[in-house]
Amino acid sequence: MSRKVDRVIISPSPLLLIHPSRGLIDEKFSVIVQHLPPFIEITLHALIHSDDGDLWEAFGHYVSDATGLVNVDSNASLGGTYDGLEPMGLLWSMRPVPGSRLGLRLRKKEVNTPVVVTISVYRGHMGQGFNEQTALASVVAERWYMAPGVRRLDITEAGVTGTLFLPSGPGPFPALLDLWGGGGGLVEYRSALLASHGFASLALEYMTPRTSGDSTSHVGNEYFEAAFTLLKQHPQVCGDRIAIVGLSFGASVALGMAVYSTVIQPRCLVCVSCSHVQPVKGSLSDVFADISKYVHNIENRVIWRDLLLPIPTDPTKKVDMGKLPCPVLLIVGEDDQNWPATESAEDMKQMMEKAGNSHLLTTLSYPGTGHLIEPPYSPHVRVSNFMMTQTRQKILVLWGGDTAPHSHAQEDSWKKTITFLEEHLYRTTSVTSQSQL
Amino acid sequence: MFPNKLLSSTMATISPLLSVKPTRGLVDEKIQIIVRNVPPRFPVTLHSLFHSEDKDYWEAFGHYTSDNRGTVTVSEHASVGGTYEGTEPMGLLWSMHPAPGSRTGLRLRKMNVLTPMVVHISVYSGHVTEGFSKQSPLATVDIERWYLAPGVRRIDIRDEEVKGTLFIPPGTKGPGPFPGVLDLWGGGGGLVEYRSALLASHGFVSMALEYISTEKNRASNLHIKYFEKAFRIVQEHPLVMKDSVALFGLSLGTSITLHMAAYSKAVSPRCCVCVSGSHVQPINSPFKDVSEKFQENRHKIRFDEEGGVIWKDIMLPIPTDPGLKVDMGRIKCPVILIVGEDDQNLAAVESAEDLTQMMRAAGNEHLLTTFRYPGAGHLIEPPYTPHVRASKFMVHQTGEKVTMLWGGYPKPHASAQEDSWEKILRFLQQHLYPSQDSVPKAKL
Repeated sequence: MSRKVDRVIISPSPLLLIHPSRGLIDEKFSVIVQHLPPFIEITLHALIHSDDGDLWEAFGHYVSDATGLVNVDSNASLGGTYDGLEPMGLLWSMRPVPGSRLGLRLRKKEVNTPVVVTISVYRGHMGQGFNEQTALASVVAERWYMAPGVRRLDITEAGVTGTLFLPSGPGPFPALLDLWGGGGGLVEYRSALLASHGFASLALEYMTPRTSGDSTSHVGNEYFEAAFTLLKQHPQVCGDRIAIVGLSFGASVALGMAVYSTVIQPRCLVCVSCSHVQPVKGSLSDVFADISKYVHNIENRVIWRDLLLPIPTDPTKKVDMGKLPCPVLLIVGEDDQNWPATESAEDMKQMMEKAGNSHLLTTLSYPGTGHLIEPPYSPHVRVSNFMMTQTRQKILVLWGGDTAPHSHAQEDSWKKTITFLEEHLYRTTSVTSQSQL
Repeated sequence: MFPNKLLSSTMATISPLLSVKPTRGLVDEKIQIIVRNVPPRFPVTLHSLFHSEDKDYWEAFGHYTSDNRGTVTVSEHASVGGTYEGTEPMGLLWSMHPAPGSRTGLRLRKMNVLTPMVVHISVYSGHVTEGFSKQSPLATVDIERWYLAPGVRRIDIRDEEVKGTLFIPPGTKGPGPFPGVLDLWGGGGGLVEYRSALLASHGFVSMALEYISTEKNRASNLHIKYFEKAFRIVQEHPLVMKDSVALFGLSLGTSITLHMAAYSKAVSPRCCVCVSGSHVQPINSPFKDVSEKFQENRHKIRFDEEGGVIWKDIMLPIPTDPGLKVDMGRIKCPVILIVGEDDQNLAAVESAEDLTQMMRAAGNEHLLTTFRYPGAGHLIEPPYTPHVRASKFMVHQTGEKVTMLWGGYPKPHASAQEDSWEKILRFLQQHLYPSQDSVPKAKL
């Protein structure tokens, strides 16, 4: 039975395999294309339709080998939104498709459902017009923030608003207080992922009028103490194994609490993109008052980093790091345009060396990396829209970082964060906290 | 509530870190299980628990001792006892058996493929052999096992008489076309979808076909025209390559497969997968007379010590009369034959030997690839689901419910399932995706 060849497409369909097809957000996946003709150009393309209704995409240019195979683990991308040997480039190099709204940031609000990524293979080295072409092959991968069995609980007690994520299993578990930054709201995805790694994690809402009970949207120290106490007393939490993970403003709060609060006694801290510079005796509103004084623009993008510079020598203007009682992992992006993370880290180190507790400090510093150092493989943005919580003003903020180094920093720092937390919350053999690093 | 942490004056609290990857996998994907942060050289039990659709509990367990770093890596360490022994990365899945106190004669089959099987993997302190539900584990991780990859579509086929379910690999705007498979189960009947769902997850359009009805008001249809119609439905689907459709059969499904490959004038499969089957069948009046033949040979049915029914001898000795078996010399396409040497339901080994000789004599033996598995039984299915040596079975011809002896032993049967599935997928890919030499040089 012969058949006339009257089609100019490759027949049959190449085989595209993604493994795992359902993974956690921070899991690597392998992408392999088989049954291609040898030595042909193809484009691997990834597409996400976000919760906000935007389309994000990434693509890499490859050439099949003599057996008609492309494997992102061993073949380099020759161009596209990423290049080189980058097994996860199809995810971290994503950006809004041409024609999208400006200043977008990809954040999953609904953590009970996965991020759905469509991965396709196209003929040739394409740079645009993907939705007008028929793909040679296409598969769907799911990326989850929540592992099976992780439980999500709304928390609205003791005046605290947040979401608690519990790992699967009987517990009790070591716990984390998870603090995001000045953007406010209730951001759950990092806690969901941390619970998938075995930590009960409370994502805390603290920067909205809902939590402060008035229009100022600022809470006092008692609020964080109440949150910490809630965790400590929770039946599924090991009360003596609680840490704080903070990003940006949240990290500053963590430092302040760890040093000055008698109620909050974390086993360790993870501080991402933070500064210890803050009016020590003041409340959050004082801090914000300070912040709004100093703002400057480049190309209409707000750069805040200088507002805390130079690092003050006045001790009332910064947390007394010499009094920090627990280990701290500091994660710093050297191109952070939002906070002076590098300068702060340097000053913190000096303070601790002088005080004799620098053995508690571990600093990870990443070149080419901006402010928003998040769990790995989600897209980096150098700039995005930001809503000032007090004034409800919408601005564009420059976060900094270049995509490839920033993405590598996210991958590396997340791995080290999990190891650090396991080290201090799972492996300790004594209940008297200070562990030697 | 029982304390879940071991506390003593000399030991610190034990909070193991249990990781299982992937947490959501396809049924044929391997899992990596690692336990960390227990004391060094500490005995632990790894346990799996599954609550089936039929509401039974299935479980497996392995006894381990942590190494000097307080770690157990299941792919590297040996289980020294439990439902499996030795270094068995997937032992917690394939060695599952019904929990003590369960009903007898059970078989684990997932009928709803749109949801995963959820398995609870736990680590217990010490070497535990029973009473798992009465103790609290040190840690538990839940995993999902799916027959369906994300994006695979499931379509009911109710085309006049043909009843089946079609599974299509992902791709919304017509990537494809894909190779196709007509998927035929055995005499147990009904519409069994999971193997087709899994094949679609591997890039094949696959239709699971019902031909022996389990419903009272629906007749079975064993006429060759029914299967030809079903084959055409797959072949003519817009996303299927017309010349790349295979037949996949198990048990009675293999009989049908061989019959079609040899005698059908209407359809011709590109290749055939024949699992636990035989070429022995009355040729001039096929399957509808199978029940007559069955009655004639009833005296050959044997029983094992537990009353399990052994059907293997019904077709023995292999007939010499050519009217009683498929003329294997007429087969023109590649065939992969999967044989369990401990098959107690069907004389698979004897059939394999006979059909090989027939093909050798006819000069088409080069089309045949045979894999024989010692210690494997009749029900050679996709890997990592539990093996059962016997289970309850409804004999449709007579309406009797018996305990059917399938044969096989857990470990060799599990190995056979793992190895044969890989060989089957590779065989299908090799024959359904034309080699580069045979693809006409298309303009790109």
